[in-house]
Amino acid sequence: MYSSKVIDHFNNPRNGGEMADADVVGEAGSFKCGDTMKIFLKIEQERIVDVKFQTFGCAAAIASSSMLTEMVKGKKIGQARRITNEQVAEELGGLPPLKMHCSNLAADALQDALDKYSDGPARKQGRAK
Amino acid sequence: MGRRLVYMDHSATTPLREEVIKAMEPFFRERYGNPSSLHSWGRETRQAVESARRKVGLALGSEPEEIYFTGGGTESNNIVLQGIARRRGKGHIITSSIEHHAVLDVCRDLATGGFQVTYLPVDRYGMVDPREVEEAITPGTVLISIMMANNEVGTIQPIKEIGNLARLKNILFHTDAVQAVGKLPVKVNDLGVDFLSLSAHKFNGPKGVGALYVRKGVSLAPLCNGGGQERKLRPGTENVPGIVGLAEALELAMGELSPRTAHLVALQKRMEEGLLKIGGATVNGHPQLRLPGHINVSFNYVEGESLLLGLDLQGVAASSGSACTSGSIDPSHVLLAMGLEPEVARGSLRLTMGWENTAEDVDYVLGVLSPLVKRLRKISAHYPQSRSWEGLKGV
Repeated sequence: MYSSKVIDHFNNPRNGGEMADADVVGEAGSFKCGDTMKIFLKIEQERIVDVKFQTFGCAAAIASSSMLTEMVKGKKIGQARRITNEQVAEELGGLPPLKMHCSNLAADALQDALDKYSDGPARKQGRAK
Repeated sequence: MGRRLVYMDHSATTPLREEVIKAMEPFFRERYGNPSSLHSWGRETRQAVESARRKVGLALGSEPEEIYFTGGGTESNNIVLQGIARRRGKGHIITSSIEHHAVLDVCRDLATGGFQVTYLPVDRYGMVDPREVEEAITPGTVLISIMMANNEVGTIQPIKEIGNLARLKNILFHTDAVQAVGKLPVKVNDLGVDFLSLSAHKFNGPKGVGALYVRKGVSLAPLCNGGGQERKLRPGTENVPGIVGLAEALELAMGELSPRTAHLVALQKRMEEGLLKIGGATVNGHPQLRLPGHINVSFNYVEGESLLLGLDLQGVAASSGSACTSGSIDPSHVLLAMGLEPEVARGSLRLTMGWENTAEDVDYVLGVLSPLVKRLRKISAHYPQSRSWEGLKGV
């Protein structure tokens, strides 16, 4: 059902865990009952220098989150903004059609983080609960 | 401990027993006659089908002619619910909110055309209250359908009490006993049921064959018309090897009921103790009135399907109440009906043990689960990172 890359990222997630000194935290999903993701970004001179994630969800959601963190690390904010869920799925060697929506989570959390970052310092402080 | 393969999804299906394969084999080979044929080939298989019917009747404490062979549990349930509906045309049906979809979805369908359906709630253990059944009865009630044991949490329902009530009120009573048969004593007269559905592959028999008990004198409209087999209730040439296999498997299971139960209860206890040691785990379902060998457990902050894949990658077959395959994430209707928070319901894992499982299997599963749960919690967006996990034990 899953590609070997999905399995690898699920078994050995990259950049998993919390970041205490993140510049911005993005969120996606429904904390009540759905899959949820938090992405923590450290940004220096408009470049993402470090990234961490936390995800509650199925294996495809976890693998998508992990893959996304690898894709954004070192990218300029402008480049990161252009990352789509299809690209995340593609990098993973594809996802089963019924699992495509799981990759949305990762792309949405990243966009949320970048939106908050561009909105200025007031919102950047807002840490996810 | 080295890697091993451990099948712990016996509520989904069970391995076919060697004795059952042996019993079925001649009917795939030289004994291929159609039971409706008058020649010796036909007479031979007719005899096999009727002998199977007697065995099933004996196991369930019914007359052989009250047993009908079907294509499985889903079909048996449909024959009853739709069969009553077609006879009566309209009326009221009482069922529970934790039934299998083979009952729930039929009821939903009937509710669109002339039938009112009451879906009874359950308590936090997944138990239907017979008093609520009584209160739900109206002058128009034509059928009560309550499962004998739940497929997700394993809770055993008070069928006997509901059966007494149904008799007192003169209302037909059906039980979907697909999960119970082979694991619990099932005698139709003790239970007071008018219909009982069972499926062979849940008790080490073959797939694609089931049976339905219909109390003598009760009439159902058939779903299919045809050659008149199974006294017109389920026409179509009989699945002879399947029927023979069903009867053989049932006879063996009922004969071994008490050693099997003891074995499964011991494994269940060992597993539960180990699961609770992992911390932040809740066993769902009734603490005592639960199918032997059946465990449904929720781990805080962890999603069920990811647990399932993590176990699968280590050779362990389990199942989960949550399935995020349809675009919308749908926590189990059973766990939600029991009042579990959606988030906890999504973290549920079902481990259902069978006769061939051993204490070593249980230890292996625990050995895989414990680090898996810790790893998934570490990256979970729901996990309260600021608090140490130790402080949360027993929450």
